[in-house]
Amino acid sequence: MAELELKSARFRREREGDWGRLERLLQRLEREPASKLSDDDLLAIPVLYSATLSALSVARETSLDRSLLDYLESLSTRAYFLVYGTRPSLRDRLTSFFAKDWPKAARALWRETVLSATLVLLGAGAAAWLFATDNDWYFAFVPGQYAGGRDPTATTAALRAVLYQHGSQNALQLFAAFLFTHNAQIAVLAFALGFAFGVPTALLLFTNGCIMGAMMALYAAHGLLFPLGGWLLIHGVTELFATILAGAAGFRIGWSLAFPGERTRPEAAAAAGRQASTLMAGVLIMLMVAALLEGIGRQVITNDIARYGVAAASGIGWLVYLYRPRNFPR
Amino acid sequence: MSASNASAPGPSAPTINPSLGGKPADAFERELITPEGVDLRIVLATASERAGAFLVDAAIIVAIIVAASILCALAAWATNGTTRSLIGVLWLLGFFLLRNAWFLIFELGPRAATPGKRVFGLRVASRQGGRLTADAIFARNAMREIEVFLPLTFLLTSAGGVDAMIVAAGLLWTGVLVLFPLFNRDRLRAGDLVAGTWVVREPRRTLTFELAGPEIQRAGRFIFEPAQLKAYGIAELHVLEDVLREADRDALGVVAERIRAKIGWAEGPDESDRAFLRAYYAGLRSELEGELLRGRRRRDKHHSL
Repeated sequence: MAELELKSARFRREREGDWGRLERLLQRLEREPASKLSDDDLLAIPVLYSATLSALSVARETSLDRSLLDYLESLSTRAYFLVYGTRPSLRDRLTSFFAKDWPKAARALWRETVLSATLVLLGAGAAAWLFATDNDWYFAFVPGQYAGGRDPTATTAALRAVLYQHGSQNALQLFAAFLFTHNAQIAVLAFALGFAFGVPTALLLFTNGCIMGAMMALYAAHGLLFPLGGWLLIHGVTELFATILAGAAGFRIGWSLAFPGERTRPEAAAAAGRQASTLMAGVLIMLMVAALLEGIGRQVITNDIARYGVAAASGIGWLVYLYRPRNFPR
Repeated sequence: MSASNASAPGPSAPTINPSLGGKPADAFERELITPEGVDLRIVLATASERAGAFLVDAAIIVAIIVAASILCALAAWATNGTTRSLIGVLWLLGFFLLRNAWFLIFELGPRAATPGKRVFGLRVASRQGGRLTADAIFARNAMREIEVFLPLTFLLTSAGGVDAMIVAAGLLWTGVLVLFPLFNRDRLRAGDLVAGTWVVREPRRTLTFELAGPEIQRAGRFIFEPAQLKAYGIAELHVLEDVLREADRDALGVVAERIRAKIGWAEGPDESDRAFLRAYYAGLRSELEGELLRGRRRRDKHHSL
């Protein structure tokens, strides 16, 4: 026997050093950031990856060593995810998100945003109209936990007092944290409910509009609409806008599932889901701002004009930021 | 070689040209063609693995929340309640982060897997191949809100005395979303569908030793006739490989006995089963790989070329 070694065994012997090196580099990359690797190592990864991949192709056609094939498949797959899955640094991603992705998503979903805003306004209008016909409707719209004593039986003075409360500084931080987590959870819920073809999202938006409308009608009946506006809008502009955008994101998902168009349903859903979730990340940022305005800003600023000023500035700010005409770099 | 379990065509079962109507060997095996044109044949996670991974994650999260709550209470007690507000803020934000960001942060990492998924050797991947983007991970995890947390909240808040209709609607809702993965062939949950992702197996394998190393044939004691090497095909070779790697003494004995009988091999005086099987494995592999080079793939012993 002249040939003492199998061709496939020699094939493996000649290359297993490279495979081992790739495996060690992958292990390091999974534990530590790429910046800790030397330039040599970083440059070696794509080379080792393509060598491994071509070894896999060859081995599939020439080797019957199953453990070798399993190993090469596992190694190639891991390396593939790393080589083609590499993402830009966090800083680049954040820059791209604020400069491009978020406004772009907001504009792409403008139809859903209009629908979402209409539903909130309809809810508010309906609740205000029903309240005008019969005060008892208030209890149907505003659950006890939100009312906190602000109901049709309260006196004007009591209603006014709520608007100008000063809180202690410590309690305010807790209040802001609570508001943010609570509102963010509702927004994420509104988004996720879009999966049921957007119907629950629409209901959620409408009922939120109802609560707002009923409360405004109550204060208007006591001649306190102007101060309530300041109290509500200082954070409400941001919060309401965020809620409307969250609803829009949910509608986009529901719409793509119901009417996928020319694409398959999973394809359409995936495209819609990614775009909508970019917008949702923005919504969470807006809610954080809103919670700070509500939890701290509102308790500190008790002047109506100043409150309206902040409200107007935030409204214009968001609109300009999200919808101002711009050229998105490709 | 019926002594061993029938060898299921594993993920490595080579397909000559999978893109041309080659049927995947496994119901969970999917094509993943790299830009270099190689099909990596990834395997999807089963529903039970997914559920197991989620339970591990949920258990860790609950354990952290319980431990952190106790710590917070202790800290508030130790400082006589002066830091209550600060602790409250930390607890609220911590709870929010655990609920929403646990999955997000781990899946954004280089391994694209939460600790629970790592336990089961799984990872999240984009269905179209290529980059797994942050928005996709956000989408798949935001959907957990309606898959897990909404039913859970519903269960906790309305435990007693609610309308039977509402309970029925809640159960239907939960059932549809929880069982969603079982009703599509890619085992997608609602979040995967919306995000364009799926969960695949990422087995960690180490390179085991070469069974047909040069020292086997150099031993020279075992010379097989060409006819003896034509007794079996690839399926049997792989079973033999498994038996040799497991190295179970009884199994080796049974298999060696069968092969000797089949090929008519006279057992030498001090011949060990293991040495015989390794030599035969090397010989058979050499023979079958030789055929492979000539473009002939002998699937099993019943397959004649």
